[in-house]
Amino acid sequence: MKTSYKKISEKLIESLLFVSSMVTSLTVILIVIFLFKEGLSVFNETPVEAGNVIAVNKKNPLSSLSSEQIKNIFDQKITHWNEVAGSKDSILLFRLEDISNYYTDEQIGENFEHLPECISKVVDSIPGILAFFPEKYLSKNFHGKKIEFNKIALKEFFLGKEWFPTAQPAAQLGVLPLILGTLWVSFGAILLALPLGLAAAIYMSEIAKPKVRNVMKPLIELLAGIPSVVYGFFGLVVIVPLIQKLFDLPVGETGLAGSIVLGIMALPTIITISEDAMRNTPRAMKEASLALGASKWQTIYKIVIPYSISGITAGAILGIGRAIGETMAVLMVTGNAAVIPHSILEPMRTIPATIAAELGEAPDGGLHFKALFALGCILFIITLCINLIVEYVSGRKTHKAH
Amino acid sequence: MQKLESRHINVHYGTTQALKDINIGIDANTVTALIGPSGCGKSTYLRLFNRMNDLIDGIKIEGQIFVDGKDIYEKGTNVDSLRKNTGMVFQKPNPFPKTIFENVAYGLRVNGITDQKFIEERVETSIQQVVLWDEVKDKLKKSAFELSGGQQQRLCIARALAIQPSIILMDEPTSALDPISTAKIEELIHELKTKYTIVIVTHNMQQAARVSDHTAFFYLGELVEFGITKEIFTNPKREKTQNYITGRFG
Repeated sequence: MKTSYKKISEKLIESLLFVSSMVTSLTVILIVIFLFKEGLSVFNETPVEAGNVIAVNKKNPLSSLSSEQIKNIFDQKITHWNEVAGSKDSILLFRLEDISNYYTDEQIGENFEHLPECISKVVDSIPGILAFFPEKYLSKNFHGKKIEFNKIALKEFFLGKEWFPTAQPAAQLGVLPLILGTLWVSFGAILLALPLGLAAAIYMSEIAKPKVRNVMKPLIELLAGIPSVVYGFFGLVVIVPLIQKLFDLPVGETGLAGSIVLGIMALPTIITISEDAMRNTPRAMKEASLALGASKWQTIYKIVIPYSISGITAGAILGIGRAIGETMAVLMVTGNAAVIPHSILEPMRTIPATIAAELGEAPDGGLHFKALFALGCILFIITLCINLIVEYVSGRKTHKAH
Repeated sequence: MQKLESRHINVHYGTTQALKDINIGIDANTVTALIGPSGCGKSTYLRLFNRMNDLIDGIKIEGQIFVDGKDIYEKGTNVDSLRKNTGMVFQKPNPFPKTIFENVAYGLRVNGITDQKFIEERVETSIQQVVLWDEVKDKLKKSAFELSGGQQQRLCIARALAIQPSIILMDEPTSALDPISTAKIEELIHELKTKYTIVIVTHNMQQAARVSDHTAFFYLGELVEFGITKEIFTNPKREKTQNYITGRFG
């Protein structure tokens, strides 16, 4: 009787544990699936928002335009049709409000009931016209030619140099400036944090007296617990003006400010992980080195660092990972200009900062919304790669030390 | 003049006393075994001779240790050159995470020797001294971790010999090894005796009896008996020694 009760409770606990582990794994998988489903659907979209039409005169041989071409035409950088393989005419832009130049309000009608007809006539009469208007004003017997939009291409998405998702009539979705901004800021951060972190780790694990270490270690771990918005605030108030003054810049919100803030944020990760790795160096190995007449410093850089190099690397890469994914602090100090950076002293915009800043204004399910999810996918893949590298690097050590 | 000598050595770890008034003199080119149950202070005593105990926090050392007639705990002693004169072999084989060659060359490099030809010659003779050359001469560039435990320990001895010390301290050098590797190391100790002064800590009574000329028996931080090995093992003067070597405690 008692044993069967015990068995049942044992089974119950087992199944509870099983369910909770399944729920967590499933949640993770579902999130990833959702992310990629939303993100990849951006490549099924055209850059012109649904419900709008771009049309040309029917004699124009042009059949399709890319989003960049559309943008350049509307920015009047392209003014002649032969630049985009069209007719010989120069381009005349026609927006819906321009209709009043051609027809009076009476001709259009009180409720715009004649508007489709009027647009059709205008497009038909001007050879070089490019008309942009809502689809609902498209006449049933339209005399012009509707332009097909190319779907957003992978290449265009990744190599496009402009990120302007709300541009009219065609959104510009080039993520290159964002990827480069992310990499610049993270790389700068690691460049600052690695030497400093490594020095602190060496000091704490090999040189500091236990008393000093017992004070320093919790302090550094405390650094990891400060909310990122506080770092951002600190950066905005202290580092940004400092950089502006120091380099005599028009604005202090630069990639460098982001790098410094992120570097400080990555320090605890780098220090704690590499310090743990160094402390794992067998005492006997250090003693053997000292017993051969090596000095303390020789022992550190010839024995301790080579022995713990995989742990140090893991710490550095995890630090980069933290820097790449960090949102709030970066958003506050980097200036968020989505242009391809040429120096660390320019404003930059990172992927996470873009998502955070724009998600609120992107209509649910729209092109912009999906593009932000695609950015999320890119970020996910980058951090996944980083974690895989860490996994590989720290796995190598256990293999070596066996 | 004796090679090594300790006078009125007292060692404290915090509030516990690890060694109590130890006086021993060790002649050059002899093997001295330090025996006793765990925690009796024999390893602490061994590590006094190259000042390895300095690394331990809260340790207090009183008394004098003479190496070649010089007190090594005197102020101004060059600890690095003292250690260069003293090879040490540890309980577990502890090669560095480097190649076989670099393991042996390490002691030379950290002591400022850069002549590659000299290093190569010294590495070869050192490995030959421990009878390992034929086993490793084709894989000097491979990681030392690829060797077996016994080979690793002989490599560690070669590493200690490469800096040409006059003293070798061994802290239970065979406790992690199989009987065959142990026999090889014991044989090696016999050969090394002609050139070096060896002090060896061991848990293994038979080993002490086989390899040493003199034996010191420690118990609870005190030196119970010190004398010629043969006499200690056949005719100990103290009852405690008798009980320990016959296996009645410890």
